[in-house]
Amino acid sequence: MIVNRRETLIGRLLLVLLMVITIVPFISLFVTALHPAGTYPSGLSWPDSPQWGNFADTFRAANMGKLLWSSCLIVLGVVPASLLFGALAGFAFGHLRMPGHRIGFLVFVLGLTLPFEGIITPLYYQVRDMGLLNTRWAIILPLIGLFMPFSVVWMRAHFVTMPDDLSEAARIDGAGTWQLFWRVHVPLAMPALSSLAILLFLWTWNQFLLAIVLVDDPQKRTMAGALGAFQGQWGTDIPLLCAGALLILVPTLAVFLIFQRRFVTALLQGSIKG
Amino acid sequence: MSLPITGRRARRARRPRAAWAGWLFALPAVLMYATFVLRPLVLTVQYSFYDWNGIGASTWVGLDNYRRIFTDSELFATIVHAFELIVFFSFVPVLLGLFVAATIRGIATSRLAAVARTVLFLPQVIPLVAAGIMWSWLLSSTGLANELLSAVGLDRLTRAWLGDFGTALPAVGVIGAWVLVGLCTLLLLAGMSKIDPSLYEAARLDGAGPVREFFSITLPSLRQEIGVSVTVTVIAALASFDIVYIATQGGPGNSTMVPGLEIYYLAFSEREIGMASALAVALVLLVLAVVLPIQRLTRDGSR
Repeated sequence: MIVNRRETLIGRLLLVLLMVITIVPFISLFVTALHPAGTYPSGLSWPDSPQWGNFADTFRAANMGKLLWSSCLIVLGVVPASLLFGALAGFAFGHLRMPGHRIGFLVFVLGLTLPFEGIITPLYYQVRDMGLLNTRWAIILPLIGLFMPFSVVWMRAHFVTMPDDLSEAARIDGAGTWQLFWRVHVPLAMPALSSLAILLFLWTWNQFLLAIVLVDDPQKRTMAGALGAFQGQWGTDIPLLCAGALLILVPTLAVFLIFQRRFVTALLQGSIKG
Repeated sequence: MSLPITGRRARRARRPRAAWAGWLFALPAVLMYATFVLRPLVLTVQYSFYDWNGIGASTWVGLDNYRRIFTDSELFATIVHAFELIVFFSFVPVLLGLFVAATIRGIATSRLAAVARTVLFLPQVIPLVAAGIMWSWLLSSTGLANELLSAVGLDRLTRAWLGDFGTALPAVGVIGAWVLVGLCTLLLLAGMSKIDPSLYEAARLDGAGPVREFFSITLPSLRQEIGVSVTVTVIAALASFDIVYIATQGGPGNSTMVPGLEIYYLAFSEREIGMASALAVALVLLVLAVVLPIQRLTRDGSR
């Protein structure tokens, strides 16, 4: 490729600049979190005596251990069920193509653009009438429903590319549709399923609106929802608030850095398909 | 990168044996979707025709709630704000992303670009709530933004960016732009990597400069990726909630009130369920009205 040196240099500079802009807020957050609680530090100054204890204090004050556990429970409730239901329906719409599959699928596609705010009001009354308000189910069940359009569309996009011959061969060997799904198609769908799992994990963990509307007790919310309550409680104490925000970032950041390659691919594909 | 709706490609092999059994597989998804999305959606439409405080009796008011969206300047302002946010959430990240991606195309395979891929994704991974807290602090009166301004001698520009009537909405927009610019850049860069390099070689041999190259080759080939970036970011702008809730709560006054937040306040603190629902219906329709044409415009080329 013909690219001259000057352009390469400009490209590198621009890239570094963009990275700096992305990183600086994180650094500012970190540095501020190390200042003595209750002070109003300025911008990006390193404290005279870094207060590493702030993190421990915040961890205890916000009951972070319980919060982590609560978020894990919610993720465990949402992600496996969404994967299973999404895969089943994606298989049906993409591979079995029963009568009416086009219309059925279209109804799911239309749900892709739905903002959660659009249904939050009746959802509140519905969840209340089900007696689930202020339980983790109030977040888990609606989230599974809200994730269905994306999960189904995502899994169908995978199953549609699977050759029919594959299923014919399995059927000749005597496999029923159920066995065909579990024995042949699920193993082949693992890459699609794992990317979907990453996205659903992220969206559940970071879910805010459902958490603040449907669950009053911050201890039963998602991490993001609890952070909202935390801001209300500690909003005036900037170093502690920053420490809390950092602690809440850590789990997603850790998961991201461990699975980063898969994450980036999943997120890029995710936005294309969504 | 094929889009999910590939109906025309679907083969029409019919297997009468399992014809209807497919619906059994789709059943769990259909049930969850119908119970927790479609039913509330229908109820939202129904509530929007009533005046109801959530507890007592409701009275039918027809289209009055909708009329109020257009006549009540406070409500209408939320929709205007949402469109103003599109400039920051959508135009800025997509244009900046295009510029950056086009500039770094030559070094897309370098070590630096690999690191950048991870770094630029960070804002996408963290909760928006955390981004909001982070930036509230950066933009506060003693925050980094003002410190930088003072450092270059622009003291008179310093202010509490999120607390000032004139700058609060753009400041919220900046937070959104920060969250979305990395995603757009990487999406567009991924699209550029699929353009045949020989096109660029040919253009160079014909004496085209970087600018000409960008408009004649890069831009037309990226139609689909641009469409996706615009769609994702426009939805993020129109349906914004988390960032605004944390950074300004709609204030000062109502200068940063957006539809999502107004729905939340109307339904859960002012107890105007009917009005909240009408605004919710308007928001859903607004998103569809903006997103569907974008999808049409950017897709028909490939069909």
